[in-house]
This record gives sequence, C-alpha cells and structure tokens, in this order.
Amino acid sequence: MAQYAILIFDNAEAGDYTLEQQAASKRHADDLIESGAMITAYALQSADTATSLRGDLVTDGPFIDSKEVIAGVCIIEAPDLDAALELARHNPAVQWGRGGVEVRPVAGGVAPIAR
Amino acid sequence: MTAATDAGRAVADAHRREWAFVLAATVRVAQDLDLAEECVQEAYAAALSAWERDGIPGNPAAWLTTAAKRRAMDAIRRERTFRARLPLLVEPEEAVDELALDELDKPDEGQAMDPEDVIPDEWLRLIFTCCHPALAQEAQLALTLRLVCGLPTPDVARALLVSEQTMAARITRAKKKISAARIPYRVPRPAELPDRLTAVLGVLHLLFAAGHTAPSGPTLMRTDLADRALHLARTLRGLMPDEPEVCGLLALLLVTDARRVTRTGAGGRLVRLEEQDRSLWDRGALAEAHELIVAGLRGGRAGRYLLQAAIASLYAEAPTYEETDWPQIVALYDRLLSLWPSPVVALNRTVSVSMAQGPAVALAQVEALEQEGRLSRYQYLPAIKAELLQRLGRTDEAAAAYRQALELTGNEAEREYLAGRLTGQEAGPA
Repeated sequence: MAQYAILIFDNAEAGDYTLEQQAASKRHADDLIESGAMITAYALQSADTATSLRGDLVTDGPFIDSKEVIAGVCIIEAPDLDAALELARHNPAVQWGRGGVEVRPVAGGVAPIAR
Repeated sequence: MTAATDAGRAVADAHRREWAFVLAATVRVAQDLDLAEECVQEAYAAALSAWERDGIPGNPAAWLTTAAKRRAMDAIRRERTFRARLPLLVEPEEAVDELALDELDKPDEGQAMDPEDVIPDEWLRLIFTCCHPALAQEAQLALTLRLVCGLPTPDVARALLVSEQTMAARITRAKKKISAARIPYRVPRPAELPDRLTAVLGVLHLLFAAGHTAPSGPTLMRTDLADRALHLARTLRGLMPDEPEVCGLLALLLVTDARRVTRTGAGGRLVRLEEQDRSLWDRGALAEAHELIVAGLRGGRAGRYLLQAAIASLYAEAPTYEETDWPQIVALYDRLLSLWPSPVVALNRTVSVSMAQGPAVALAQVEALEQEGRLSRYQYLPAIKAELLQRLGRTDEAAAAYRQALELTGNEAEREYLAGRLTGQEAGPA
C-alpha cells in the first residue's frame, strides 16, 4: 500500500461551500473512513486568512497567486495510483465546477501525534 | 552467408519484432521498467555471440525472454532489498518467489515459454502502462516508442523533434512518475477502458501521423514509424477484436497507408490525391479496411476513428477524384464534428464542401476558422485557402496564402510542392 495526498482546490472567488456542499464533503470523508482508506484529513479556513512567508518577507494571502487555492488536504492509503484516482474521483469537489483535486504520492512523513 | 551475418540479421529481426514481447515478459519478473530494459538490452547483446556460436534458436523470442528474465532474477538475488527501495509495478499476489527463481533454472524453460501464450496480456499491460492517462501525451508517445517499439532514446528524440537531452529527461521523468506514484502495470478494467483506450489509440495515431507526413526533414514519410504504428494497431486489434474504435483506428491506418507509394513522385515530389495513380493503391489493404469499417459501423455507435476511416475509405473507393461521393463525405464529417469538435476536422471538412457545394461556400468556412485563430500555426489552413482562392480566380490573394503556408511548413517535400504551386500560379495568366 502507498499513501497519497489529495489536495483539494477551490475557486477563491466562489465563496464558502454551501451547506449542501459541506454535507457532501462530510459524507465523502465518512465513506473514506469506513472503507479504511482514510489516514487523516483537514479542511482549511478560507484563503483570505492565509499568510505567506518567503525569506524575510511576510505577505497576506496564499503562497501562489492563482484563481484556485488549496481548501483542504486529505491523506489516503491505496494500493496504486489507479485506486487512489478512483477514491479522488469520488471527492465531491471534483464535480462542483469551482475547483478540483490533485493527487500526489506521499514520499514520507510523521503520523498525527495524539495529544 | 556466414554465421556472423545470419546471426546479426536474426538479432536485428528479433529486435524489430519481439522487443515489446521480451520486455513485457521481463517486466513481470523484474517488476521495474529500468531493470527490465537493461536486462533485455543485455540479452539482445548476448544473443549476437551466442547465436553465432550455437546457431539461431528455433524460437528467438523465447530464447531472448529466458535470457533477459534470468538476468533480472540474478539482479534480484544480488539485491534483496530491491523491491523495498523501488516499489514500482509491485503486484504482491504475483511477487517473485524462490519457486519462480527455481523454475527458471530448469534446463527446459525455453519450451515452457511459448510467446503465443503470454504475449497478448503482457504486451497489453506494457502499452496501457506507457499510455496511462496520468502521463502527459508527449510522455506516453515517448515511452511507447522507447519501451514498446524499442527505439533508442536518440531515435525517439529525432522522431519527436526534440533534443536528445530533452527526450532523455522526459523519459526519465515519466519512468519516475510510474515508479513514485505507482502507476500499475495492468490492463484496465472494462469500466476504465474507454479512457485508457483513448490514450492508447491516440498514441498509435500520432505515431502513424509522424511517419505518414514527417513533421520536418527531407522526405515526406518516415516509413519505419508508420510501419510500427500499423503493426501495433494490428496487434491491438488481435487482442481486442470487439472494440469498434480499435477496428476504426486499424482501418484508418490501412486506408491511409494504402496510398503510400503514390503520395510522392520522382525525387520525392509530393503528389496530390487528385493526381495520384489509383491503380497503384494497395487493394488488399483497402479491402481489409473496408471490412473493418462495415463491421464496426454495424457494431453500434461509430466513434472518431471509425468515422475518419469511413471518410478516408470513401475517398479511396471512388474510381476518380471527381467521382468521389462528396455529399456523403460532408455528411460523415458532420457526424465526426459533432463527436469531436476539432478545428482541424472543421478545416478538412471544407475540402469536401468545396467539391459538393463549390469553392465560395468552402472559402467562407475557411475564413471563419481563420478568424477563430486556433489554427494560426497550421500550414494546411493557408494551403487550403490558397487552393480555393485559385479556383475562384482570386490569384493575388491565392499567392499571398501560398506564401503564408510556405512559411509554416517544415517538411521539404511539402515546401517544394507549395513553392511549385506558387510559381506555377504566378507564371500563369493573371
């Protein structure tokens, strides 16, 4: 099994997810947990709350200036890329027409530490 | 003939015909593309001296596969941590075990390796891996040429018009992605097939197109590339006989290739379709294509390749260019456009429109496409426009369009043809 990060992108100008969209995201996360594929997942506050650091420079906003910004990240486990893509395809963000997801193999990391 | 030249010829022959099979079978054992490639290369190198010494084996593919697999086994034995470091293509249920290693050590392993039994599945796995939609199309094409056709990297670079350095980097990057992202080495499930098959067919079509009209260079065609594409399409058809688009692609390549010998005249001069000697076309290939098209069209909804093949076949079946069934071709183009709204298809459609409805109607459509701007680097747009203007007697505008086309083409035979049209037209009555 390998781990993949699913980076969820959203259009920054589209506003917050609707209640329906939030519910769909929650259902998708529950499905991933139930299937045993989910390792960890986080939804982030909107991109206008982001602060970026580059050298000594501190700037307001996301690191990369583009229409789409990262809205969340999810780490899953899958046997190969095809299986990971299949899980990613079910992410509702893929279907909303305001963003999408990127799938990247995880090279290494630290498991969430229990507090 | 000496044993040395015979062996050399046999190795060259096996390289052309069996590379993909030997590699595909070796990948299964090596579970790593780079290692498998290395082992296959070594096996081919070893074959030369072994066959000179011992004679050419009855089944060269089996000999090469056994030799390459043994090298892979040796490498794995030497490096037990291999799979931990390179998790590429690992299929746990089929992992290499000692039993398999022992199996290969038996003296009669050559007998057990009948290519007929193993080729289809292994070969398909290899090509579907190279054409995985997670890889960029340029990488798919490069990997197919490198791994499925066995072309050395410098040749791949030449075929695809990039520097050797760029191509080597592109191939390395694609292999790294296959390994790091764990792109599986398998034939897609039926539900995934449409997506994956589209990539495979697209690559074979591009490969053929690069051979049919070389994007640059002195000759109009690169017959070696066209031949490889045809061979691969034929093999794919043998493996997936019920896929209408596989039939369609093979038919399209066959119809197009049937005209190969008449496309150029003395000194490599380009000969237009309307001036080609139809008696020299490969009737066998055209008949085979026709059967594929009829079967495909009967089989259900026609896809992009089948429709293109049907159009090309209509061109080829007419007794003369003028007697071509133009309205039928326009109708097929309309179906093709609704399925695949490409500006190139729209442009090609205008040629049949000019024959069915006259050059003025066609010219208006070409100019609309020109306005759209998506074909601004495409040399065939000004070339077609020039022909239409010429037929309408608008000589000066035609000359300007020919010059524009000349500036855009990189193929010498095409340049010469366009230059000839330009001077012929300038010399003619104003």
